[in-house]
Amino acid sequence: MHIHFTDQYHEGESLIHRLDPRVKVILTVTFILTVSLTPFGAFGSYVMLFALLMATAVSAHMAPIYLLKRSIIALPFALAAITLPFTVPGDTLATVPIFGGITISQAGTIRFVSILIKSWLSVQMAIILVTVTPFPAVLWALRALRLPSPLIAIVSLMYRYLFVLYEEATRLLRARAARSATVDGVRSGGSIVWRGQVAGRMAGSLMLRSFERSERIYNAMLARGYKGQLRTVAHSHLQTIDFLVGTVTVLILLTILLFARIW
Amino acid sequence: MNWYPFLTGLSAPQQLHIPDGFLSAPVAIIGWVLAVLTIAYALRQTREQLGERQIPLLGVLAAFIFAAQAINFPVAGGTSGHLLGGALAAIVLGPWAAVLVMTAVIALQGLLFQDGGLLVMGWNIINMGILTAFTGYLIYLAIKRIGGSEQRSILIGGAIGAWLSVEVGASATAIQLALSGTTPLNIGLPAMFGVHALIGIGEALITVGALALILRSRPDLLRQGEQAGGTASAAWVAGGLLISLIVAIFSFAASGSPDGLERVAEDHGFIGSALDPVYHILPDYTIPFIPNETVSGIVAVVLGTLVVFGVAMMIGRMIKTERAESHS
Amino acid sequence: MHHKIEVRNLEYTYPDGRKALHGVSFSIAPGEKVALVGPNGAGKSTLMLHLNGILEGKGSIHVAGLELSDKNMGQVRAAVGLVFQNPDDQLFSPTVFDDVAFGPLHMGLDEATVRRRVQDALAAVGMGEYIERNSHHLSIGEKKRIAIATVLSMQPEILVLDEPTAGLDPRARRQLINLLHELDMTMLVSTHDMPMVPELFERTLIMEGGKVVAAGCTCELLADQALLQQHGLEL
Repeated sequence: MHIHFTDQYHEGESLIHRLDPRVKVILTVTFILTVSLTPFGAFGSYVMLFALLMATAVSAHMAPIYLLKRSIIALPFALAAITLPFTVPGDTLATVPIFGGITISQAGTIRFVSILIKSWLSVQMAIILVTVTPFPAVLWALRALRLPSPLIAIVSLMYRYLFVLYEEATRLLRARAARSATVDGVRSGGSIVWRGQVAGRMAGSLMLRSFERSERIYNAMLARGYKGQLRTVAHSHLQTIDFLVGTVTVLILLTILLFARIW
Repeated sequence: MNWYPFLTGLSAPQQLHIPDGFLSAPVAIIGWVLAVLTIAYALRQTREQLGERQIPLLGVLAAFIFAAQAINFPVAGGTSGHLLGGALAAIVLGPWAAVLVMTAVIALQGLLFQDGGLLVMGWNIINMGILTAFTGYLIYLAIKRIGGSEQRSILIGGAIGAWLSVEVGASATAIQLALSGTTPLNIGLPAMFGVHALIGIGEALITVGALALILRSRPDLLRQGEQAGGTASAAWVAGGLLISLIVAIFSFAASGSPDGLERVAEDHGFIGSALDPVYHILPDYTIPFIPNETVSGIVAVVLGTLVVFGVAMMIGRMIKTERAESHS
Repeated sequence: MHHKIEVRNLEYTYPDGRKALHGVSFSIAPGEKVALVGPNGAGKSTLMLHLNGILEGKGSIHVAGLELSDKNMGQVRAAVGLVFQNPDDQLFSPTVFDDVAFGPLHMGLDEATVRRRVQDALAAVGMGEYIERNSHHLSIGEKKRIAIATVLSMQPEILVLDEPTAGLDPRARRQLINLLHELDMTMLVSTHDMPMVPELFERTLIMEGGKVVAAGCTCELLADQALLQQHGLEL
């Protein structure tokens, strides 16, 4: 898995950083929804959306290269769409001379490329969101936007202990590696089933320790008066700039969408 | 066409986290509706079962699942087996707690690491968190009921439950991709099913290894998971979701066309005409940017699923009341 | 069999950019027992993780006659037994037998040999009767000894231990020190337990800030109050 435990959040004082986290979450989702509703082949709109994206990144003092590098994460899934140039009916774009001639259709290719572009645009906006907003603020925003607070509390606690447990898992893996030796002339590694079992036991022992840790945490919470609810204070208050940026962005997105539909 | 098998093998991603852009907006929104309903119910159920422990237990166990997904083992030629964890979580914690744990993991992965998109997160939660948990749990229970409570049936139930949970999750993903017109079902479904049959073996091995260790050291934990209430309603809800998916498969199975929802809505034009009265009640009712046929299709699927869900909830509640009465 | 360690100019930078080791060099002769001391964050654990190839840095490392490279990792791990600080991270099998057998099983040895090795390793640490026990319920002292056994069963030439007496009560600590005394192997042991150092180790390395700042005969080093104070050490 791709874990970058160096914080996703990059501190900054830009306009974007200072926006209310609720506005940032809503705008990110609206952007992704707009991308989703933009039809296939609307390349003009894709360019405009990209421009909006870059404008946001630049005003957040983010290096576009950073965005580019991290957006590669969605790439492997492109496989799922790879059949489109071959299966969507339409005008033939080209023919590949294997298996008796496979046709590549224009419509299919446009759809395939569109999906890749849309996916790429969406993931970049999602990256910007967590780069300019500390994760606890994102969670607070979700809670303020009426997501159920026990669920947010669970994610919060998970976030707190994420690194701790991930480290434990890493140490288990290192301990296993330290005992994964070979001898000349003998086949090593055991059978797949054995290796799977060992991995399972590692997971099982980590799970047991997690149960015990959760008990200790529960007791610590009780000792501080916990009665089942985790309370927080407001992270931020809406200001004029939030309404301004929010409205302007939504209008821009609507315009791009209308343009795509009418064009 | 005889090159289909070649395409089939190529088009199956190994990870089930769908990024944004690969599912259409209507499909994505349906996923969110279903996920939200299930999560809301899970929150209620676990609050009843666990009380104040709900947050510390599920929070730490969500961190565990996240970390445990990093525990892998070499299989062959550079690939490795790994854990998704839905079945394991459900067997040890009960299905509703598992839904919340997996939701937390998937939400964090999507939000913080962009593993999986935001609009499509509803389906990601369903595929990797809800379907896996329910499948694993119900198979495990079924095999235990048949085989008795000895270690062997627990481990076999866990193994088959874990393997099947991955297959169900993968198949559901293929269906959503087909409905969105991203991957034709007759290529995507066999591809996902096939690739994940192998990946599911890794899931099964790790799940069994974990269960074996837990059984040895803390068998009381496993008993807790089974007694986690809501089994009956879980069965009905799971049944409901599965039936909806099966109906979707049969609706689309014949259609090798990549146009998914739109095409089928046209084919089954009768759905559109049945909904004509709706359009009369709300004249000029069109959602901009979405053709009427698609609206019919969407409304049909949503209504159908909600009906099955609603029936499932009602039956679940009836069973619970009956049980409560017969115990008092 | 060479039983020795030789490290030259080892440098290591974490993925997040922090430099942990700034050119570490030292050597350990066959059969020598050497203590590695220094404040937290000096890089002791990081250094140890290089000795069996779990971390890879720049510089050269020779252990037991092998120069560490991607190709001979399996043999290196058979020759260098690394025992971590937290036994919970190393005991991940249902029974003590399974944990101690893991190493030999991975090496592909036959069942009879594996059984023999497990028995010998447990006997060496004085935990022979625990062979069928579940490690989850044991005391930390018992776990630490079993963790050592999990590595001894591979019959390594060199033993590397990270803070073996940390967290032990006086009795368990005494048992562990006696155990280390009895094991006739080349050893590198990192520790904060200063009283243990002159008891077991002829030579001592002092590390701070990712470098070896002093190396020499234990009695000399520990007599140098100024040196100890400078690096946050006390007897």
